[in-house]
Amino acid sequence: MSQIITLSAAELAAALRAGEVTSVEAVQAHLDRIAAVDDAESGVHAFLHINAEEALAVASEVDAIRAAGGAEAQALHPLAGVPIAVKDLIVTKGQPTTAGSAMLKGWMSPYDATVIEKIRAAKLPILGKTNLDEFAQGSSTEHSAYGNTRNPWDLNRIPGGSGGGSAAAVAAFEAPLALGTDTGGSIRQPGAVTGTVGAKPTYGAVSRYGAIAMASSLDQIGPVTRTVLDSALLQELIGGHDPKDSTSLPEPVPALSDAARLGAAGDLTGVRVGVIDELGGEGYEEGVKARFEESLELLKARGAEIVTVSCPHFKYALSAYYLIMPSEMSSNLAKFDGVRYGQRVLPESGPVTIERVMGATRAAGFGDEVKRRIILGTYALSAGYYDAYYGSAQKVRTLIQRDFEAAFQSADVLVSPTSPTVAFELGAKIDDPLAMYLNDIATIPANLAGVPGISVPGGLSEGLPVGIQFLAPAHEDARMYRVAAALEAALEQQWGHPLLAEAQDLESAVAAAKEGKN
Amino acid sequence: MSAISRDDVAHLAELAHIAMSDEELERMAGELDSIVDAIASVSEVAGENIPATSHPIPLQNVFRDDVVGQTLTQEEALQNAPDAQDGRFKVPAILDED
Repeated sequence: MSQIITLSAAELAAALRAGEVTSVEAVQAHLDRIAAVDDAESGVHAFLHINAEEALAVASEVDAIRAAGGAEAQALHPLAGVPIAVKDLIVTKGQPTTAGSAMLKGWMSPYDATVIEKIRAAKLPILGKTNLDEFAQGSSTEHSAYGNTRNPWDLNRIPGGSGGGSAAAVAAFEAPLALGTDTGGSIRQPGAVTGTVGAKPTYGAVSRYGAIAMASSLDQIGPVTRTVLDSALLQELIGGHDPKDSTSLPEPVPALSDAARLGAAGDLTGVRVGVIDELGGEGYEEGVKARFEESLELLKARGAEIVTVSCPHFKYALSAYYLIMPSEMSSNLAKFDGVRYGQRVLPESGPVTIERVMGATRAAGFGDEVKRRIILGTYALSAGYYDAYYGSAQKVRTLIQRDFEAAFQSADVLVSPTSPTVAFELGAKIDDPLAMYLNDIATIPANLAGVPGISVPGGLSEGLPVGIQFLAPAHEDARMYRVAAALEAALEQQWGHPLLAEAQDLESAVAAAKEGKN
Repeated sequence: MSAISRDDVAHLAELAHIAMSDEELERMAGELDSIVDAIASVSEVAGENIPATSHPIPLQNVFRDDVVGQTLTQEEALQNAPDAQDGRFKVPAILDED
């Protein structure tokens, strides 16, 4: 395994600036790693599309600018030349965007998402597009129309979802950086179960323009990385106001990487960390609880004051989420009708009218989970049920926001396990939608309230990663990065290395899996 | 008693424009029933005096100048269409023959 791919994005950026490595070498090292471990049949299968040619072209452009020196080299973005992977929910010119759905097989976006424009302007080579549950609906990546992604820690287990591809790519050293989207935990939960870092910024802190909408009042693009500092650096790059997204915050991007560096330096004196009483206990695995308790001790040792807070309405968050999200997505996905883009399927028999073509197109183009949620959303919005379901869920949303407000009176940040369990085996929950939904029980409240959240590796339980989640008040993303970086530094000091150093030898594991299939 | 019957699902599927087989309708009715059972608890706490929140971070008066911004060319707009003719999207009959 090449040394280049084990560097963090910040380390690789420094090596590029120092001329110790070229961007072309960095991109090629990651492409080689992808070729070695990402096989769709037996490997990680994090990528749906590899963008090798363009990535190498951008890399050689950065190398040429650096070699020439002068003002243009000085003006390069600090992350210029560092490769990145993009969740296939985010639209990109020149590469297909599928959203993990058969509906959009081969679809080529005529425009770039705002985050992609920023990445191109900063000259980060885009390695390719990563796998996800169809239209970002799921917690395991098993609902992708293109086959599931596998967890680099154990190829028989789920990598989380919906952004399992981005998290697995970063965990497998196939990319130092990736973009994800988080509607109910789709960045944080995959981060937790793959031993990586995933951050959901404050709602509106990063433009959603060009992220194929699932639930517009909950969706948020965010960074997927191996270190807290890398997430902060990436959010600084992709964040900021965008006139093309009327929900984007009209405020400058805070100094997030400074906050991460401050946190890593260690001192948390005076910082109040609130343990959420309702996110723990029953339903959480013993190993998850043990790593969580140890993390609290480490935070205390660094000077933090640990307090307990109660958020009594969080127990209704999952229910409110499974009314609001399907309602919004059933409306957002109405545009996939076989008229302007995507597949068109004709009915097998009977008259060929537009109504019947839509019915056949959507029957063939959507998978079971998407259909289930569209029907659920249509139900929650239909006459006679609207007040009882969608209306009540919106009121619960207010109660959850009030819970957060009260909790942040006595705590600067809140902390909980990210996910109640470690990665489960592929297929274990695929036939039980309710069991699958419970994976997001700790991540959903942040989306309902719009507050930022981050998951950092907290150690292992039975050989599999456990995630620790920090939540901060809206607009206070910097605070979350500071405390998360402090825990990361304390844990790595204790372990003597990053958690991913304990992962299996992936190239051997993939070779063995291939052998087993033959 | 089941809250969502097979006929309810058939009606919802029609509203949502998704053709479903009898087997799918049966299965979906069972699944949705247990999901709705699990999430109906929201009405327990949603008192009348609690305002609804539709958006996590409310912004007001988000306007832009009324000028033409970036738009797609006709060619770009049609490049992914399943069917097109004379610079327009082409669709099957909008009305039934009878």
